[in-house]
Amino acid sequence: MSELAKKTKKPRSMTQQRRLGIIIRWVIAVFLIFFSVFPLLWIISASLNPTGTLATARLIPQNPGFKNFQDLVGNPTFPFFRWFWNSVKITTITTILTLSLTTMAAYAFSRFRFSGRTTMLKAILLIQVFPNLLSIVALFLILTQFGTIIPRIGLNTHLGLIIVYLGGAMGMNIWLMKGYMDTIPRDIDESAHVDGASDWQIFWKLILPLLRPILVVIGILSFIGTYGDFIVARTLLKTTELYTIMVGLQIYTSGMFSQKWGIFAAGALISALPIMVIYLVLQDQIVGGLTQGAVKG
Amino acid sequence: MDSSRERLQKTAKKVHFELSTILRIALLVVVDIGLIWFITQLMINGFYDVAVVLIIIVVFNTYVFLAPKAYPLRWMAVGLSALLLFAIFPIIYTTYVAFTNYGDGHLLTRVQAVEQIQRELYLPEEGRAFEWIAFRSDAGEYLLWIKDSEGNTFLVRETDADYDERILEVIPGEFGIGELDEGGAPVTIEGFTRLNRILATTDPNLTRIKFGDPEKTIQVRSPSEAAELLPRYLYDEENDTFTDQITGIVYFERQGTFTSQQGRTLTPGFRATVGFENFENFLTNPALRGPLAIILTWNFAFAFLSVFLTFALGLAISILYGDPNFPGKKILRSLLIIPYTIPSLITILIWRGILNENIGIVNAVLRNLINYAPAWTTNQWWAKAAVLIVNLWLGYPYFMLVTSGALQSIPSDIYEAAEVDGARGWNKFWNITLPLLLVAVGPLLIASFIFNFNNFNLIYVFIQGGPPIPGASTRAGYTDILISYVYNLAFEGGRGVNYGFASAISIVIFIFIALMALAQFKFTNMWEEVSENV
Repeated sequence: MSELAKKTKKPRSMTQQRRLGIIIRWVIAVFLIFFSVFPLLWIISASLNPTGTLATARLIPQNPGFKNFQDLVGNPTFPFFRWFWNSVKITTITTILTLSLTTMAAYAFSRFRFSGRTTMLKAILLIQVFPNLLSIVALFLILTQFGTIIPRIGLNTHLGLIIVYLGGAMGMNIWLMKGYMDTIPRDIDESAHVDGASDWQIFWKLILPLLRPILVVIGILSFIGTYGDFIVARTLLKTTELYTIMVGLQIYTSGMFSQKWGIFAAGALISALPIMVIYLVLQDQIVGGLTQGAVKG
Repeated sequence: MDSSRERLQKTAKKVHFELSTILRIALLVVVDIGLIWFITQLMINGFYDVAVVLIIIVVFNTYVFLAPKAYPLRWMAVGLSALLLFAIFPIIYTTYVAFTNYGDGHLLTRVQAVEQIQRELYLPEEGRAFEWIAFRSDAGEYLLWIKDSEGNTFLVRETDADYDERILEVIPGEFGIGELDEGGAPVTIEGFTRLNRILATTDPNLTRIKFGDPEKTIQVRSPSEAAELLPRYLYDEENDTFTDQITGIVYFERQGTFTSQQGRTLTPGFRATVGFENFENFLTNPALRGPLAIILTWNFAFAFLSVFLTFALGLAISILYGDPNFPGKKILRSLLIIPYTIPSLITILIWRGILNENIGIVNAVLRNLINYAPAWTTNQWWAKAAVLIVNLWLGYPYFMLVTSGALQSIPSDIYEAAEVDGARGWNKFWNITLPLLLVAVGPLLIASFIFNFNNFNLIYVFIQGGPPIPGASTRAGYTDILISYVYNLAFEGGRGVNYGFASAISIVIFIFIALMALAQFKFTNMWEEVSENV
């Protein structure tokens, strides 16, 4: 804080006091770091522990090795990599579709003036406030009925899950995107219009390249959100082979949890890795997007 | 030269324009045809509610892509359609279900239930009778030869036998039928033994077996007679009643169940609107009210404490380490942000292992240190504490990030002015920092409250709402919040699913969230912002 910075200009005794302050703060920090990092350390050590049960877990395992990771491959009761692939596939497709729907809609909201525009913007935001878990009975019903006619988009299919996710594609994202687009001067498109460019050409060739920063933020937020979704996938997917990684891990662990702790730990670590990397690399951009009002979940 | 080039450009543009119009309309026609086929199929299957939504979507899209006036909406037509089908319709549908008795015993539609009740049969004491002779195979399969009063004869198979035809004409040579006796009955049938009178009357199975089709079912009534079963409940379409043919009791339709004056009911019931009954159940049904009061109280306490604790810790960290010259600041921040970077479902599962009551590391250490191990999953207070600890771990980095940003935006001259006025330490914090901070992060606190109010993943995955509340009529636990309770009611139907009641609670949550969200938007001035941009 700024007051501290000012105090450093004062006499020696203050510097000493400051040094003491730093030491006390670091002592507190050690406790905080322990609290924050412990679960991660714990899961890393469990994944390297060859005995693989919760009861025998130690922070520093004896005879550490990669047995648990090897057990993940070709494990019929725990088809980890199949789930991982399902998650990556579903999440990537959903994210790409979300980005296209959001960007195009935001373009219209930002560049055109039409009646009902503000009402629609508000309504979209308000609708997205409701967690879709609350209306999951209806989602379940819609997919059941779709499935009796076209089984590929019914219950227990990836395609069905993706189209359900698309219902939540707009919402907060549109606001972030439109807000960003509003900062791009409209003179650009107007001069392009004079040169005979169509709206689509302006959108595709002029605006879209300028949107890269916000596309990254919304893309990441959407990716993390979809990747971490548990309950919609849990309700709509029924076959073990079709599970996403979150559903798979949860269902797997609700069985003989403590016995399979090691394998679970290895799987959990691999599934957490992509998101952790994204977060740590793109920290500042994500924080910027989050503080616009979205909450992790 | 110039003018001819211009003309060329213009025609090129025109051609391009027409081509894109044709393409657009062609695409629209293809999509519409596909959707209309889909809607017809939905209608044939009786799925009217979803069909109606799709009809609205088709009409909307056709209008948008044809009318020049609706041009801006073309850019968002697909997104809006998805929103309508998977966000708006579910909310409307949930509202509708909240006013019905949809759930166990009432899963069918009215038409299906009436059909099923009509299929119930009984053996009349009097009425059309047949002579009969029974045949039995070695495998225990029965055949019944019958002869009606006009002398027509048939062979009938058991109703649950797996054949296309269960009523056969008696023709020697077919189906292994041998010679006929003077009464017209086969003397032998291949694979079957003809039972004589004594064997037949002493066979305990024979009077129980139903022969023939659902439309024409025959049962043995006495050693000399077999009779055709009649529908037990006669449906009166005019008055919408069923009459029991044995007792004469009349059943009236009452809220999705056919009920007699004496209160006897017919199963199955069907989906019907029941008005505010589900909502009244909150208040009047003691088996539901008891757990609901506990759950509601905990839900508010949990959301409030979660926001308070995560905010307090996050703020404390930002203040303690906000000094830009603090040594190791960067690495500290990277380490403290870690809980935020792991998908929460995974860390919740990890915490489940760490706080395992019997073999978890925390209890192992505590047992050694203080010889006491908290019952994290079986004692309701420890369970609540565990949930809050895990949520604190999950949530503080968010507020750490948010508040450190907000603190930097507080202008330093305000502090200087306060120092001149003699404000010190805590005084400054309470009177300047906190109020200014709350203005900045207020909306985020509300958003966080809404999020935690519905923090299903934590409650469900960490502890499944346990430990159970004794005496609850449906599955309910001490750490259950409304949304996990709703999920239990709707999908984890160990003691029966109840979509109606679940939806009613959802509506209450809906209303609550809407109020909170509106407060949040007011706070952020989002409404005004949009209007300014017009």
